[in-house]
Amino acid sequence: MRETNAEKEFAYEFPTAAGIRYRVAIGILGVLVLAGLVAWINQLIFGLGETGMKNSVNWGIYMTNFVFFIGISHAGTLISAVLRLLNAEWRRPITRVAEAITVFALLLGGFQLVLDSGRPLRLVNVFVLGRLQSPLLWDLASVSVYFASACFYLLLPLIPDLGALRNQPGLTQLQKKTYAALSSGWNNSSRQQQRLKRVIGIMAILIIPIMVSVHSVVSWIFGLTVRYMWHSSIFGPYFVVGAIFSGVAAVVLSVAVMRRTMRLEAHLTALHFNKLGALLLVMACLWFYFTLAEYLTTGYGGMTAELAVLKMKLSGEFALAFWAMILCMASAFVLLLLRKKSVIGMTTAASALIVVGMWLERFTIIVPTLTKPLEEGYNFGLYRPTLTEWVISSGSLAGFALLLMVFARFFPIISLWEIQEAKDPTRESNIGCTAPLISGAGELVETNV
Amino acid sequence: MDKPSPNRVKHSMTRRELVQIGGAALGVAGVGSLVHISLAQRASRSSPPGRMAMLIDLRKCFGCQACSVACKSENGVLLGNFRTWVGQSYKGKYPRVRRHFLPRMCNHCEKPACVKVCPVGASYKRADGTVLIDKNICIGCRYCMSACPYGVRSFAWKRLPDQEVAYPSQTLGVVDKCDLCVHRLDKGLVPSCVNTCPAGARVVGNLNDPDSEISRIMADQPVQTLAPELGTQPNVYYIGLDQDAAEASLESGVRMIPAQATNVTDRLGSE
Repeated sequence: MRETNAEKEFAYEFPTAAGIRYRVAIGILGVLVLAGLVAWINQLIFGLGETGMKNSVNWGIYMTNFVFFIGISHAGTLISAVLRLLNAEWRRPITRVAEAITVFALLLGGFQLVLDSGRPLRLVNVFVLGRLQSPLLWDLASVSVYFASACFYLLLPLIPDLGALRNQPGLTQLQKKTYAALSSGWNNSSRQQQRLKRVIGIMAILIIPIMVSVHSVVSWIFGLTVRYMWHSSIFGPYFVVGAIFSGVAAVVLSVAVMRRTMRLEAHLTALHFNKLGALLLVMACLWFYFTLAEYLTTGYGGMTAELAVLKMKLSGEFALAFWAMILCMASAFVLLLLRKKSVIGMTTAASALIVVGMWLERFTIIVPTLTKPLEEGYNFGLYRPTLTEWVISSGSLAGFALLLMVFARFFPIISLWEIQEAKDPTRESNIGCTAPLISGAGELVETNV
Repeated sequence: MDKPSPNRVKHSMTRRELVQIGGAALGVAGVGSLVHISLAQRASRSSPPGRMAMLIDLRKCFGCQACSVACKSENGVLLGNFRTWVGQSYKGKYPRVRRHFLPRMCNHCEKPACVKVCPVGASYKRADGTVLIDKNICIGCRYCMSACPYGVRSFAWKRLPDQEVAYPSQTLGVVDKCDLCVHRLDKGLVPSCVNTCPAGARVVGNLNDPDSEISRIMADQPVQTLAPELGTQPNVYYIGLDQDAAEASLESGVRMIPAQATNVTDRLGSE
């Protein structure tokens, strides 16, 4: 009875036409992206003076966005690779979303560096003249390796789905051609299946150290300088934890939106929100622990210059941003603890708070230290982002959402074959290194009651 | 019928060959441009070895800002930016009150934090010890500005076409700072600020030369540097640096109007 029900529900309705709500959403996001582009062109013509940045606070919300987006990109790897390796059956319907988020967040994150550069065209110099001793070069190297692996890791599990989709009726010629090309001659033979699972298994293991390296290196852009409250050895793990935290929250948000708009209620159930909520709760505990460790060390030690930065955050010019961050995280924590009352609603609300809180965290790490330099140079004063910066930033966020929406429209946003595999009692591929990835009774089926 | 098959074979061969040749060409071009640029850099970056340094006698400085003005006109420093300036603070309460001056500039560190972090080598240290910026390759990422603990670097935030015509180095989107007037040093002249200082408070010279004026003064005078604990080993030395006054004027930044100068006593009292 359950089995047949589940099988019936499996028929994932691949969108062959866009609805009116989808078109309106695309239109709104498109306008935001266009506004961002106009603001960017204006900034290219008139220089970075269009932003609120100054000689003392020379990095602002573009750098914040960079760290934030790269953080979001950790979602895919954690959910897809780590949960795959841990044999967590419930991951199956959300891996694809997570992998897509990774790729698009990396794209937009990398773009923030172009925005922030005084001479964007000269970024080529980094490839020609790059010096290995600069943490910025390590960053470029690890982010580009991560981007390449994330693209590959998104494509691999797509192959069987595209192989199945390419012959579906109602597709445009372009869609058919693209699916056929990307499915790389998939014929669903058991040999191909085994090979694919093997490669996915290897990639899942390889991509985890890359993920850890990426945000460690991002944190070292700050941690390796001798600036106060940046020069901290905890930054590597602190940033990685924050990245995974915000990344999982971003996945929850996307899953919540897609569940409603794409009628995926049967696949994305309370179970997934509950599990992701538990994951968020663990990450929240880690995040609070690291934050406490960082601020206690600075405050208790009480070195004059460090204390000056700390005071700005706790009670000075950045108190609003700092306490808003704490409030976001604390209320998210409470919501997650009590999520049993209304799992989907409360986990989604908590995730929204976490995403905002993590952006504020990046901001309160980057800007106060620059505002309170050890040796005051000039242009002293507070950094206030200008309209240009806000328009470009919202355009970036809209671009991220737009990419995700377009992807969901043209590619199966739920991994069809992986779900089918979980429901198939006669799974034959418990062989080789991928055995732990796919063995075990499907928890998903179990809880589809 | 014979022709197509060798053609087909040849076709698949040429595709592979094309990739190989293309890859090789790209590689050669990449390595070539790398070598070309690094050779060009080496040529323009060479100088006789030495350790150029500046000594500023604070007992002589009376805060006239002539150095700031001379520097700006010599180098066409952009509006709102400074390569050197005199920080001010005052200590004590009326009638026992004294104004302190602290000329600031790039420290031309022995271990410069800015050079370490630059991703493209635009910030570099010349053999004579001066820390310079190659404005032709700077990508404007401003990592050097974030890394410099002395806050002496500035950025061309706004496009000023007239300025760019008069001073080609003051171009949009790159970092700027004191270069110890190397264009003057290379011709045997002293930097513009040293040249103009009416009190003769600034002395420039080579510390590796024991007979230079700066070496002779430093041999028998106690000297101080800013934030020596950071390990950057600054090459700008001060005589008569009052730690409290220094910190207060560092806090005040470029405040040339006396009313805005920070009072050391207030600062100490507030803590």
